[in-house]
Amino acid sequence: MATSMNMAEAAHNPHPPAEVADAPVSAVANQSIRVSVDLLENLMTMVSELVLTRNQLLQMVRSLDNSEFTVPLQRLSHVTTELQEGVMKTRMQPIGNAWAKLPRIVRDLSVELGKKIDLQMHGAETELDRQVLELIKDPLTHMVRNSADHGIELPADRLQAGKPEAGRLVLNAFHEGGHIVIEIRDDGRGLNTRRIRQKAIENGLATEAELDSMPIQQLHMFVFKPGFSTAAAVTSVSGRGVGMDVVKTNIEKIGGTVELKSEEGKGATFTIKIPLTLAIVSALIVESATERYAIPQTSVVELVRVSGDSEMKIERINDTAVLRLRNRLLPLVFLDQTLRLVPATDEIDTQSEKFIVVSLVGSYQFGIVVDRVFDTEEIVVKPVAPILRDIPMFSGNTILGDGSVIMILDPNGIASASSAAAVAETTAVTDDVHHARSGERTALLLFTAGGPEPRAVPLSLVARLEEVDVGQIESADGRHVVQYRGKLMPLVVMRDSFRMRTEGRQPILVFSDQDSTLGLMVDEIVDIVESELNIELRSTDQGILGSAVIAGQATEIIDVGFYLTRAFGDWFRSRTDVPFGQADDRHRVLLVDDSPFFRNLMVPLLSVEGYAVETAETAEGALKRRDDGEHFSAIISDIEMPGMNGFDFAQQVRHDARWAGTPIIAHSSHASAADFARGHAAGFTDYISKADRGALLTSLAQILSGGGNA
Amino acid sequence: MANAIVVAKSGALAGTGSADYLTVTIGGQRFGIPVASVQDVLGPQKITRVPLAPPEIAGALNLRGRIVTAFDVRRRLGLPPAAAGGMSVVVEYRGEPYSLMIDSVSEVLSLPDSAYEASPPTLNPRWREISGGIYRLEGGLLVVLEIDRLLSFGTALAA
Repeated sequence: MATSMNMAEAAHNPHPPAEVADAPVSAVANQSIRVSVDLLENLMTMVSELVLTRNQLLQMVRSLDNSEFTVPLQRLSHVTTELQEGVMKTRMQPIGNAWAKLPRIVRDLSVELGKKIDLQMHGAETELDRQVLELIKDPLTHMVRNSADHGIELPADRLQAGKPEAGRLVLNAFHEGGHIVIEIRDDGRGLNTRRIRQKAIENGLATEAELDSMPIQQLHMFVFKPGFSTAAAVTSVSGRGVGMDVVKTNIEKIGGTVELKSEEGKGATFTIKIPLTLAIVSALIVESATERYAIPQTSVVELVRVSGDSEMKIERINDTAVLRLRNRLLPLVFLDQTLRLVPATDEIDTQSEKFIVVSLVGSYQFGIVVDRVFDTEEIVVKPVAPILRDIPMFSGNTILGDGSVIMILDPNGIASASSAAAVAETTAVTDDVHHARSGERTALLLFTAGGPEPRAVPLSLVARLEEVDVGQIESADGRHVVQYRGKLMPLVVMRDSFRMRTEGRQPILVFSDQDSTLGLMVDEIVDIVESELNIELRSTDQGILGSAVIAGQATEIIDVGFYLTRAFGDWFRSRTDVPFGQADDRHRVLLVDDSPFFRNLMVPLLSVEGYAVETAETAEGALKRRDDGEHFSAIISDIEMPGMNGFDFAQQVRHDARWAGTPIIAHSSHASAADFARGHAAGFTDYISKADRGALLTSLAQILSGGGNA
Repeated sequence: MANAIVVAKSGALAGTGSADYLTVTIGGQRFGIPVASVQDVLGPQKITRVPLAPPEIAGALNLRGRIVTAFDVRRRLGLPPAAAGGMSVVVEYRGEPYSLMIDSVSEVLSLPDSAYEASPPTLNPRWREISGGIYRLEGGLLVVLEIDRLLSFGTALAA
């Protein structure tokens, strides 16, 4: 007792509500009775009915002038409102009920961990709906355990840091607007930012560069990712890598949010904000195909009115409707089609007035297109009949003030049902574990050229974005050139349909390779996005690698290699002919990469440098070539591949005499210090980031010249 | 009385007795709904459509603050849709209220067990599915609508 939560000390505390489990509760108990929840639910239903009847009466009386009913009806109205509030209150319980077990848990923990913890609880009398209370009980307990285990240091460490021996753990609950706010604050060591960074890289959640540009708040939010524990040691209490993500999901499930503030060495504060009650939610009433639906306000970000003649209008890419919203493309879902109220047609009416409810599900933002938007209403959510429960589009139903039944839409269900692309997008954003495994995120530059369709090129290939004065562009022999940094830069176009600007400045993507540069003229540079690059459709079109879904849009990926060869065709031939004379003299390089995109990209680049490039899609495929007796001057291998990964591949290569002497270069999108170390351990000669093509060529040249001398 | 209904439902007509049925008409055919399961009889109601629901579900309606699922019996029986303005009988099934849409409601009859007979095997399977048996009345035949069998269609309620 003396080593842990000191009750006597707590009593001295100037804040009286610190004690929860003791005397005051029994005093309250004498004045309360037990009532079954069913009875309360029944009462609630009856009151709702009363409210509806009152509303109808009010409606009738309003149409009569100076009716004798007016005054008594007003009185009835008041009483009804108060009755409704009263019944709502019966569902409320003090949050202290959820805290009752915490002092004991903390006491046991402090004994187990050998720490001194002073638990203080403020605002235990703050009331919230019993349903919500049940749902936050476990997350709360978990967070308190977490703070006691990770947050608060051992007494010796605390004294050394100049803090009092006993750590303070403060729970504070209070009302704010229609929400209840619960703070869990400790004065421990705070979050270890360095460990979080390390862990984020290890788990492949972010690259080093991304972390550098990330505000510290955002960095801290990583602790809510699945499988993320920065505890160095796994204890029986926490640090098993489960927990905070579950806490966050549970809280978000009931429409709440969790925030985290931490200062290293000073402590951390978790702030949970949850709605007072789940029974009544604020909802936006919308109309689609003459039927009304409610959308919970919590998932609505904003409303946008569109029509054919206004500035905001629905645009189409292929058959996909999108809205340009503050320079981002917002994928759209037509409610009437999703609910099959109208037959799905590919003819989208982009002229008439529509409203777009911009909704947020997790981190996936999309627009729900409806015909009309009415008011917001406070609604009482009722579950749908069991017979209808497997329709994912609805989260419940309710009765509106006018007595009609209305279905409550579930934006989650709409998002996942609307389109395959949307689902892919959602999972890509929310499921980071999945991401780390399959996804190599590539930064892509989106632009348009010779048509409205979006096109993309990996940002790493683009040296610069330039705008040149149209007057400076010179034409010679049907080819366009411009003087750029003291040299002549050839300009190419994607399509014959492309029309160069006749005045003003022409946007150009500059691709640079060693000392030659090439400009690609485009209409407009749209955006830079980070996306997984899965090329889905192979194109027969020269200059196009294929198309991929980027930000929910089918986008053509252009083949830079094609343009480089086209622009420098002559130069490329002479380069390869002169130094080597015979093709056999060229160094043979094996490129192992599962991504067709990277293979297509690297082959022309390496060819330009004078290498004879062979490719393999998998590590297994590459090893087969070894078994076939082939020899290469060098191997360039990707790390993340389906089947055998790059590390295992390198070990295989080293462990067999046939290729043991062949230099092998790792070429990966993950290039942290840890990856380098692992790469060298596996037997890689060098480890190069995919973002740095120059380094690959330099490394290859060095390795091969060195190898030739030896 | 409850006992009698149980007997009638199970079709095991051992004793002598009778069961009370609310008689309703659907497409010219008389049906009987066990009186004990009837909660309410409603006139034409404003029904909210529920998109994506099974076709037998006509929608949802507000019955004094309770949301009741409207069930289209005609659809279930494979009959063409009725002209506007039918009536509904509200029954409870597994704790949930359902409003069965029918054409019209007539009197409550107390029917002797002796007039009861199992459905003929040649009856349309859709009808056999929902009827426990048939009463021979003087003015015609009365098909017993069994609520359980009527509402437990497909797999939606199997769970």
